[in-house]
Amino acid sequence: MDILSLFVIVPILTVLVLVFAKNLKQSRIIALIGMAIQFAMSINLIFAYIKERAVNTDIMVFTKDVLWYESFNIHYSVGVDAISVVLIALTATVVFAGIFISWKMDDLPKEFFMSLITLAFGVFGFFISTDLFTLFVFFEVAVIPIYLLIGIWGSGPKELSAMKLTLMLMGASALLLVGILGVYFNSNADGGALTFNILEIAKVNIPLAAQNIFFPLVFIGFAVIGGLFPFHTWSPSGHASAPTAVSMLHAGVLMKLGGYGIFRVALYLLPLGALNWANFFLVLAAFGVIYGAFGAIMQKDLKYVNAYASVSHLSLVIFALLMITKTAWTGAIIQSLSHGFLTALFFALIGMVYGRTHTREIDKLGGLMKVLPFIGAIYVITGLAYLGLPGFSGFVAEMNIFVGAFEDPNLFHRILTIIVVSSIVVTAVYILRMVGKIMMGPLSDAGYKDLPKGTWYEKVGLVLLMIPVVIIGVMPLGISEMIKASIQPFLERLL
Amino acid sequence: MDFSYTVLIPLIPLALFVILGIFSKKIPPSISGWMGSIGLGASFVLSLYTAYHYFLNGKLNGVYQTFTYKSTWLIFTDKLHIDMGVLIDPISVMMLVVVSTVSLMVHLYSRGYMKGDDGFTRFFAYLALFSFSMFGLVLATNLFQIYIFWELVGASSFLLIGYYYTKPSAVAAAKKAFIVTRFADLGFLIGILVVSYYSGTLDFGELNSLQGSIITGWASTTFMGLSVFTWGLMLIYLGGVGKSAMLPFHIWLPDAMEGPTPVSALIHAATMVVAGVYLVARLFPLFYFVEDGFALNMVAYIGALSSLIAAIIALTQTDIKRILAFSTMSQIGYMMLALGVSKYEGHEGLGYMASMFHLFTHAMFKALLFLGAGSVIHAVHSNYMKDMGSLRKYMPITHITFLIAALSIAGFPGFAGFFSKDEILVAAYENNMLIYISSVTVAFLTAFYIFRLYFAVFWGEDKKYEHTPHESPLSMTIPLIFLAILSFAGGYIPFSEYVTADKMSFTSHLNLPLAAIASSVGIFGIILAFVFYKKVSDLPDRFAKAFGVFYKWTYHKFYFDEIYQFVTKKILFGIVASGAAWFDKNIVDASMIGIGNKTMSISHKIKGMQSGKFQDYAMAFVGGGVILAMVVFYIWIN
Repeated sequence: MDILSLFVIVPILTVLVLVFAKNLKQSRIIALIGMAIQFAMSINLIFAYIKERAVNTDIMVFTKDVLWYESFNIHYSVGVDAISVVLIALTATVVFAGIFISWKMDDLPKEFFMSLITLAFGVFGFFISTDLFTLFVFFEVAVIPIYLLIGIWGSGPKELSAMKLTLMLMGASALLLVGILGVYFNSNADGGALTFNILEIAKVNIPLAAQNIFFPLVFIGFAVIGGLFPFHTWSPSGHASAPTAVSMLHAGVLMKLGGYGIFRVALYLLPLGALNWANFFLVLAAFGVIYGAFGAIMQKDLKYVNAYASVSHLSLVIFALLMITKTAWTGAIIQSLSHGFLTALFFALIGMVYGRTHTREIDKLGGLMKVLPFIGAIYVITGLAYLGLPGFSGFVAEMNIFVGAFEDPNLFHRILTIIVVSSIVVTAVYILRMVGKIMMGPLSDAGYKDLPKGTWYEKVGLVLLMIPVVIIGVMPLGISEMIKASIQPFLERLL
Repeated sequence: MDFSYTVLIPLIPLALFVILGIFSKKIPPSISGWMGSIGLGASFVLSLYTAYHYFLNGKLNGVYQTFTYKSTWLIFTDKLHIDMGVLIDPISVMMLVVVSTVSLMVHLYSRGYMKGDDGFTRFFAYLALFSFSMFGLVLATNLFQIYIFWELVGASSFLLIGYYYTKPSAVAAAKKAFIVTRFADLGFLIGILVVSYYSGTLDFGELNSLQGSIITGWASTTFMGLSVFTWGLMLIYLGGVGKSAMLPFHIWLPDAMEGPTPVSALIHAATMVVAGVYLVARLFPLFYFVEDGFALNMVAYIGALSSLIAAIIALTQTDIKRILAFSTMSQIGYMMLALGVSKYEGHEGLGYMASMFHLFTHAMFKALLFLGAGSVIHAVHSNYMKDMGSLRKYMPITHITFLIAALSIAGFPGFAGFFSKDEILVAAYENNMLIYISSVTVAFLTAFYIFRLYFAVFWGEDKKYEHTPHESPLSMTIPLIFLAILSFAGGYIPFSEYVTADKMSFTSHLNLPLAAIASSVGIFGIILAFVFYKKVSDLPDRFAKAFGVFYKWTYHKFYFDEIYQFVTKKILFGIVASGAAWFDKNIVDASMIGIGNKTMSISHKIKGMQSGKFQDYAMAFVGGGVILAMVVFYIWIN
């Protein structure tokens, strides 16, 4: 069995075993074991990749190709480069931590963990695919369980939120499907056979007219899930209604599919279209960075703050991808990672606060640091990391993006870059406003005095997510060079 | 010569932070206080050893050498990369001594001051974090490294101002400090981007050795009439303006006094707030050579103006820590203007030397003033002058040491502040008359406000104290005595031998006429304060009335806070942020939901067509066939 396919097989097996689970205890143990294996494999994959990369100079390594449906030349074909490797590690960590955070999920636990892991299965499949069709199938697999997870285990106006989220993502999928088919039917432009294989299509010169039509379709198809303005509104209500682990996985991982897809499909396969459309989408992305940050300031619900913050931070990823320099792209990937861990941390923390106080309203919370020292301390650290304090991953990502974007001497791009850079101040405002209100100050409610302290499984979940944030923040050289090496062939398509 | 061991100076406090931070609940206060003090003691000894070694043997052909030890931390492009390392040259070594001395004193002092506090160990962890960041800042080898530690000192400052985190005013002050300086740092960051893009390097050594044709080369790329490089430097300076609480970003500093007093002494008087001065000094050759020092002029004028305004505001404040905060701002303005009027070579670089000299002496006497104020606050449990009086009887050591510091800052002949301030005034006199006059005015105001404070606290009438005030414990008075010695003797260090703009020694002499003017305005200020405040009288009130509106403006700190409040609360939060939130909910999201609803309503309307009745379908089928046939027929006949 090849090293990559295991990443989709282990989740499937876990789901199958979960069918036989009888209660919460069994379900979570099974889920935990499955995801622990997945987590260990992802760590192993990083080292295996480094080892393989030293001897193998292909764009993708650990490749495997099986013909799946001959008439349309659809393959199950997998392979990874550094970008997929780090995102797989992100996914594995967030899911693993998510199991700990859902330790007390006593409402239909078996079905919950099954849906959650099915979602993860789709994400893992997406990151390893090198065939457009299978990539799209995995994308859909990841999106569908979200509807159930929010609709059944959610809170508040969950039906509406689940519906809005699913419909918007489905609408995006429709555009994406048209775009992918457009690419497919032009993949014989140089006289070869029609193919869905990404690496094969990249060798073909798709006609300019087709690129101009299909680039925006593919781009928007991915950008909707990536939180691009004005297609981001599914995210605040969706996150607010979703149960904790789902918010973690959704904002932490699922939204990263957008940036990854733009990088791997839209920019790589349709470079001429990208160059023509870049300025238009750059404006949207730059606007989204500032707009999301300002939108976050006045929110009343903790999850809404975090959702708008995610819009801001992920628009930064799209912005960086459209700046088309190696440094900015490295920043975009690290930002995806960094935001993945940090937003998962935030949602986990919000879940812990909500589980104890039964409110997420900022006005009703206050002074929790005194009663929840561990959770409070992690909350403050996460906040500082989120606003880009050096020593944490966010700083590394942002500086790569800013320096990379500034490499572009075009005056218009410079102005956009400066607008985007100024988001660091707005971010500080909403983060400190939130942290200052709910963790610091006097205790808002005498009833909060005896809130239960953090439990061991909560602490394990938080620490798991915090470790990579610190490692990337303190020693960024290894990971940034690893990513940079993999970016080169993709960048060359656009130069 | 090998100075690579200096990397330990920041690493020791870092290790302390990690240990104290992780085990803050497990380590008892008695141990954590000593751990912090011993750790910083080690950094202090290493710093002194480095200074001794460097200033004695660091010269080659009459020029102080620069030693750099670094390794790559992050690579951006082929040319731009962030290194982490240490850079040993006269100003960094001097700063090591300043930071480690004050930090050690504050650690020792805090063992007494913070005794019995719940978060004692957490406090020492934060102090260690701050010390680490500050050492990293002064030892930085490149622009990005200094920016990284610049942000870290900002964060430690946030944590320490907000140390009493259950107090809303402390939290508000911490947020304000962080956000205001962050706004200034935005300028710093963009400045770094500009400078590094056009020069192709972040390294201080390379940046400062760029001269002549290379700099004029950049000067040809202009933006709004100034070379991009000047813009870059001014933006970088903006970061310094924020961190050093210069106009118009000074508003966070007075509020920062919400932090524990030892923190105010360490961060908001002696070390972090002078980072802006250090930054300009670090890039001095660039500031001086680029476009005939346009950016440097700005440094001078902002410094002079801040110095004057702060001294005026300090006259009317009643919270003793806030008086000292404005005093700090005023004195930093001195350092800035001295740098701003300085030239580069030999004796012409007097301003540079004076600035560094004053940074050194100011760190000692201002830390002493704050620690003395802390000792007073510790005794009477209030920050306000109205609750104090006649304390000399109860607190003799605090009184004497405070007096020494006050004489030093007032520029009384023979004390440390006298010498450094004299050099600044000479530099200003030789280069810019306007700034000189403003500086002499400030010298007078300084002597007046500090002795107003001194007389009101230690003399005047004996208040009815709830608990009789008593002298602080030895752990607090020993640092006071040590700093008092430095506040007197520090002035006799021949700074021009060691710390100069071109790294070559020169000899500076006391300029007697100017020194006489400066010290006489100082003494006049002291006498005036004596008349006004030695005994309680209605004289100050009558004066306040006489000045009317001006007094009111000064008392309200020229309404800077109110202006900022208006801009942030009303415009940014009230209009922009609320507007964005409203727009998103009611326009963007509503239109998405609207599309959904429209789809639903259309489907409601047309769902009747799927009636299940055969007649309807047959009707539709026939009708459709007819229409289709007509269309085909129409096309066919055309």
